Amino acid sequence: MTSNTNALELIRAVEQADSTASLLDAVKALANAHLEAGIPTLIEVLSYNNPSPAIAAVIGLVQLGEAAVLPLLNLMDDYNYGGRAWAIRALAGIADPRALETLLEAAEGDFAMSVRRAAARGLGNLYWSKMLPSEVNPAQKRAFKTLQVTSQDPEWVVRYATTVALQGLGNSVRVSQPDLVGEIKDELEQMLATDTDLTVRTRVQLAIKQL
Amino acid sequence: MLESSPENYTEVDNCQCLTVEQAITNLKGEDQGLQYYAAWWLGRFRVQEPEVIEALIAALDDETNRTELGGYPLRRNAARALGKLGDCQAVPALIVCLDCSDFYVREAAVQSLGTLGDCRCVPELMKLLEGGLAVAQPIPGSPHLAQPYNLIMEVLGSLGANEAIDLIEPFLEHSVELLQYSAARAMYQLTQNPIYAERLVQALAGEKLLLRRAALSDLGAIGYLPAAKAIAQTSTENNLKLIALKGLLEHHVKNYSPESSSISDTATHLMNLMDKLL
Repeated sequence: MTSNTNALELIRAVEQADSTASLLDAVKALANAHLEAGIPTLIEVLSYNNPSPAIAAVIGLVQLGEAAVLPLLNLMDDYNYGGRAWAIRALAGIADPRALETLLEAAEGDFAMSVRRAAARGLGNLYWSKMLPSEVNPAQKRAFKTLQVTSQDPEWVVRYATTVALQGLGNSVRVSQPDLVGEIKDELEQMLATDTDLTVRTRVQLAIKQL
Repeated sequence: MLESSPENYTEVDNCQCLTVEQAITNLKGEDQGLQYYAAWWLGRFRVQEPEVIEALIAALDDETNRTELGGYPLRRNAARALGKLGDCQAVPALIVCLDCSDFYVREAAVQSLGTLGDCRCVPELMKLLEGGLAVAQPIPGSPHLAQPYNLIMEVLGSLGANEAIDLIEPFLEHSVELLQYSAARAMYQLTQNPIYAERLVQALAGEKLLLRRAALSDLGAIGYLPAAKAIAQTSTENNLKLIALKGLLEHHVKNYSPESSSISDTATHLMNLMDKLL
């Protein structure tokens, strides 16, 4: 009962905030309360085109996890580009495999590098165990195909995120798909030999060492 | 200093379609608009041909293209382009530009001399710092100070111009915080005394976003390792934190470990911080 009242108050505070500072405080308070009832409001904030409240909302949504996945995926149909970018970052952070299609598409095709970066990273650490067992292997192969594309991204930071993701994916499939591990290692060796960026190559070395 | 240069936003496809030959012809031609654009274009597309260098150096003396306030737009673009083309033949002519009456020509020349990394410019850059804080005060009605002090100190720092230390040090007390940072950055590069880099670390905890961003960029440029954690935690965009940590990592890798061998614990620590910011 008290928590319901509390939720309504926290939500109202977000809706009525009249400055970035008060909005940020209200979003943080709502996020910290970990209330499922607050999910639609946090998602709404992603569309406000205001970075610091959006970051706070993403953090809150990631902490809420699974419960936020479907509402976030529904937002993908929305026309609001800014909101989409933040939603993809939240989905990458939650790492629920229901977001797979969205992450694949964003990693390959989004025009914002911070979105491609987050989506690529997200593909490396999905909770594969939440998928139907029969779907896991093909889904992991698709993630790898997309990471092969993002390993050629013009932005170093997307290639860096790709490396982190390849390492994560490699560790996930170590037992189940030894062939895929081999392909991932080949891909990393290829990046080590050809990438022009010192930071990316250094991260690739670490991935090879830790895989 | 972080700059959003227009070229970051320019799609190649949207460019006025020029060929190298056409651009050179335009640069040497009479049409001021085409000349101005060609100078930018040749730098943007890194056309490193002797004929281009020569024509751009000649454009540094241009007298025909003037703004209402007496500025030299073509000289500005030519000076910027010469920095991108990496040919040190341009150094003497760029040094002459440091005396140009147009602030923006001087600014472009300082920037390009920094990119070219040729120490011949040090004495002339030092002259621009003379007079210290007394001279380096805001000019009523002007958007900039008398000289591009931040860039001058940045270049002197990166060129390792120890003889400039006494001229740079007073700027640590300048009323404009960004200039304090530039001075701290250069002083650290010239002395390796952590006290200067720590001033930049402190700035990461400051109130203003713009200043935190500037300090991030400076720390990345000097590769100050003890700042890693503060960089990861400061409140700014992750992209900027990642770039700063990239600076630390590359500085470390280049100086302490041959690239092909194993990865140090420091490098691993830096990458762990970066991974969390993706």
